[in-house]
Amino acid sequence: MKKLVILGAGTAGTIMANKLAPVLDKSEWEITIVDQHETHYYQPGFLFIPFGIYTREDVIRPKRDYIPRHVNVEISPIEMIEAQNNRVKLSNGKVLNYDILIIATGSDIHPEETEGLLDGGWRQNIFDFYSIDGATSLANFLKYWEGGKLVMNVVEMPIKCPVAPLEFVFLADWWFTEQGIRDKVEIEYVTPLPGAFTKPIASKYLGGFLEKKNIKLTPEFNTGKVDSGRNKLISYDGREVDYDLLVIVPTIMGSDAIARSGLGDDLNFVPVDPYTLQSKQYENIFVIGDATDAPTSKAGSVAHFESEILFENILRYIDGRPLLPEFDGHANCFIESGFGKGLLIDFNYTVEPLPGKFPLPGIGPYSLLEETRMNHWGKMMFRWMYWNLLLKGAELPIEAQMNLAGKRR
Amino acid sequence: MPTKTIAGKTVEVDAEGFLVNPDDWNEDIAKELAKEEGINELTEMHWKVIHFMRQDYKERGQIPTIRRIKNAGGVPVQDLYKLFPDGPAKKAAKIAGLSKPQGCV
Repeated sequence: MKKLVILGAGTAGTIMANKLAPVLDKSEWEITIVDQHETHYYQPGFLFIPFGIYTREDVIRPKRDYIPRHVNVEISPIEMIEAQNNRVKLSNGKVLNYDILIIATGSDIHPEETEGLLDGGWRQNIFDFYSIDGATSLANFLKYWEGGKLVMNVVEMPIKCPVAPLEFVFLADWWFTEQGIRDKVEIEYVTPLPGAFTKPIASKYLGGFLEKKNIKLTPEFNTGKVDSGRNKLISYDGREVDYDLLVIVPTIMGSDAIARSGLGDDLNFVPVDPYTLQSKQYENIFVIGDATDAPTSKAGSVAHFESEILFENILRYIDGRPLLPEFDGHANCFIESGFGKGLLIDFNYTVEPLPGKFPLPGIGPYSLLEETRMNHWGKMMFRWMYWNLLLKGAELPIEAQMNLAGKRR
Repeated sequence: MPTKTIAGKTVEVDAEGFLVNPDDWNEDIAKELAKEEGINELTEMHWKVIHFMRQDYKERGQIPTIRRIKNAGGVPVQDLYKLFPDGPAKKAAKIAGLSKPQGCV
């Protein structure tokens, strides 16, 4: 019996299990998926929790409901990947041998990387919304907050879902307006990037939105430490930003198990061929989703597009065929902009987000880099698509590779 | 690609003045590039960072990030900001004769 092991049952790992299980011959292949938690979180939904739009219940489902029946499930942390011996040691004592390994261990926040961030203010007037606990405790805080200065800070790049902190300030502007206290709240967006976003054209559009919504942009700010005694954010070059409420995206890193196994870079991301998703070190290891060092967004849409190419490549690898270098870095993100509207961006390794219509050129129904109600509904509908189609590995009406048709420069 | 004469040597540079071929680099060029970046004198610590970056690039084929220089090069981030003010990753890479670090996504 040959063995295929998937590490991580988040978005990427679950999709891969669902794609491969029906196709690999059960008399030849045994598939095992490993995760330390029983609960699957719909992470794009975390953004809505602070504003009471979603609750914890809206974003969780049991992982096992999404794993095909004849795939073995191991619930345990990973102790170590011994790539030279083709085996994985789990913390529960089990050892899994493999012929093919798919690493889908994701990424997570590391507030301990920033001096002072975990001191007194953490979860008092400093919150993240990239974890379920952070998002729910921020919701509690906001319910009773009477106003003051809200600072949204991105500590360092790369982060997962690079548009989420922008969406947060857009939604905050809307939410405080709804609460009738917008005039009592000052909002500042503090980022290490030179502008609102990573790519120039989108950065210009999104920067315009910040201005329109009276949100102050402080670019090129590299957070060195947080002084929670004095409520100050301090950059490495000594600049200070005051806050009453600090919402922060801490340093994002790959799994510690990757570091223990000597397979990662300085942020514990696994170096891959960005076009085939094969590990640079071991030919029978493939990596997908946030766990890779591929220079594209860490986002569910990326994991989904990657899964289509990785699925083909795993079958080709099994058949001894050369891999297809077809992943183009495609990412597709709805950007919630508040007041029932949203934007959409679509881009890849080489083409930055451009305005236009999507997915049907000239028709839409979605508009790229433009604020519409339709884009907002696309975002809200996406949760249904996620649970019912995307995780199950179903075909979505969007091509894995980016299409230039319908976009304009 | 445009060319530029730095410290008496004509080299290819990109639109922002980063060397195209890291092998064109020498210490005199580094001193000149540092001056362009507002660093009039390269101290021992500057050289430590520059040599680490070049060595690491040679070994791994990637321009080291600030975190890499901290973890593997042993230079604290605060010091990097003092040595190469206003964006140490970019500035140090330029002086070390490497290309512009890839932007974020």
